[in-house]
Amino acid sequence: MASKGNSYLPRKLHSLLGVIPLGLFIIEHAVANYTAFEGGQEGFSKSINFLNSIPLVFWVELFVIWLPILFHGVYGLYIAYQSNVNTGRFSYGRNWAFTAQRITGVITFIFVAWHFYETRVQIMLGNVTHEELGQHMNNILSDPLTVTAYVIGVIAATFHFSNGLWAFLVSWGITIGPRAQKVSSNICMVIFVIVSALFLLSIFAFRGDEFASAAASALTSLSVG
Amino acid sequence: MAGTTTTTTAARKVKFVITRRERPDASPFTEEFEVPYRPNMNVISALMEIQRNPVKTNGEKTAPVCWESNCLEEVCGACSMVVNGKPRQACSTLIDKLEQPIRLEPMSTFPVVRDLVINRERMFKALKKVKAWIPIDGTYDLGPGPRLAESKRQWAYELSKCMTCGVCLEACPNVNDRNSFIGPAAISQVRLFNVHPTGEMNAHERLEALMEEGGIEGCGNSQNCVRSCPKGIPLTTSIAAMNRDTTKHMFKQWLGM
Ligand code: SF4
Ligand code: FES
Repeated sequence: MASKGNSYLPRKLHSLLGVIPLGLFIIEHAVANYTAFEGGQEGFSKSINFLNSIPLVFWVELFVIWLPILFHGVYGLYIAYQSNVNTGRFSYGRNWAFTAQRITGVITFIFVAWHFYETRVQIMLGNVTHEELGQHMNNILSDPLTVTAYVIGVIAATFHFSNGLWAFLVSWGITIGPRAQKVSSNICMVIFVIVSALFLLSIFAFRGDEFASAAASALTSLSVG
Repeated sequence: MAGTTTTTTAARKVKFVITRRERPDASPFTEEFEVPYRPNMNVISALMEIQRNPVKTNGEKTAPVCWESNCLEEVCGACSMVVNGKPRQACSTLIDKLEQPIRLEPMSTFPVVRDLVINRERMFKALKKVKAWIPIDGTYDLGPGPRLAESKRQWAYELSKCMTCGVCLEACPNVNDRNSFIGPAAISQVRLFNVHPTGEMNAHERLEALMEEGGIEGCGNSQNCVRSCPKGIPLTTSIAAMNRDTTKHMFKQWLGM
């Protein structure tokens, strides 16, 4: 038996944090990014300004995003370590989802750490300002390899969230019978498609000319300044 | 039986590849056997044939293969083993329905005692842990208990068919030595004894047992159990229902109710 102590509460907390606040954060992030697709440079700046207008924004980020991600991620790695992969012998859809949940969890963990370093940490270090974020994303995403990594990263993250939402409903005893679990599974897959689409559209928007020219002008102003 | 049929069936052989082990700590190896075919044969009757004549396909004599069986009608759960990759009861597995060579392995989620014999003690320990019984012992006659509503009896009866065979634990990716998950069978038994009108009086004790380390929390919702249970027990419904009841119990404990 792997560990002493009681893992009932940590498991429940892990499941809850994945939905509230982290699931809500993923949706918020997808919608905010989508403004780059819909409103271009201007729309994206607006949503960044709006987010920065949240009072005590640093503390909100710390307690609502970073600490929950840290716990959910580290404890999640432990949960993945505790699981076998037996899709070879039992190749049922739900068992595939079970394995995919663990694989996408690990991918998401790595992706989020890297993405956090490239964006939020760079802002904290003063290398990038909030106004330059759009251009900064354009720079990052100008490399095809990075784009591939981002596409894999966001799809893994949204799958992990959507399928995790399904599992949350079971683990908290909300969806009990097979029919309820089937309906919730369909709803979660729709969420997966929609949220993935929002992220993918914003990735393509950041790669677009508008953010590129802004990046170029930022670059020139940087070199001039 | 007509002479021609006898000769044709006598000529037919059933091929087996069996994973064996001499002692619990010995390393496993495989041996191949060919058994004369008989109509309506099942895996146990083929194993009995090997026991009578323990000679491998290559003609070498070997020790008879050990297995466990009891009821021979899929109600005791003793003969569970992995047949062609799937855990199931050897006694109800018909040779005619299997692809050959038939591969027999022990359910290695459990400690292997010898050959196909495994030790399912962890399941009985789990039933003790969750108090899967109705406590009625006392110093005087308590009289008849309350009746169980027919609507509940119908599904409770389904849960009562569990034979502790271990197939659901073998199928579960979270029953392993890195994980303390109790396994689906015992969780479903909590649901069974908690719906019983007398058993219900101790419902909280069973829920608390599921909320301890090595309880319900290790379930990762792969749902292999419900697909594998030979008795068709709605295990994932039981697990979700116990998730609901333990969650409620957790809030009640916090609120001091
Ligand atoms: S629940 Fe089904 S698979 Fe699991 S031990 Fe009982 S009878 Fe066997
Ligand atoms: S011998 Fe009892 S289930 Fe097979």
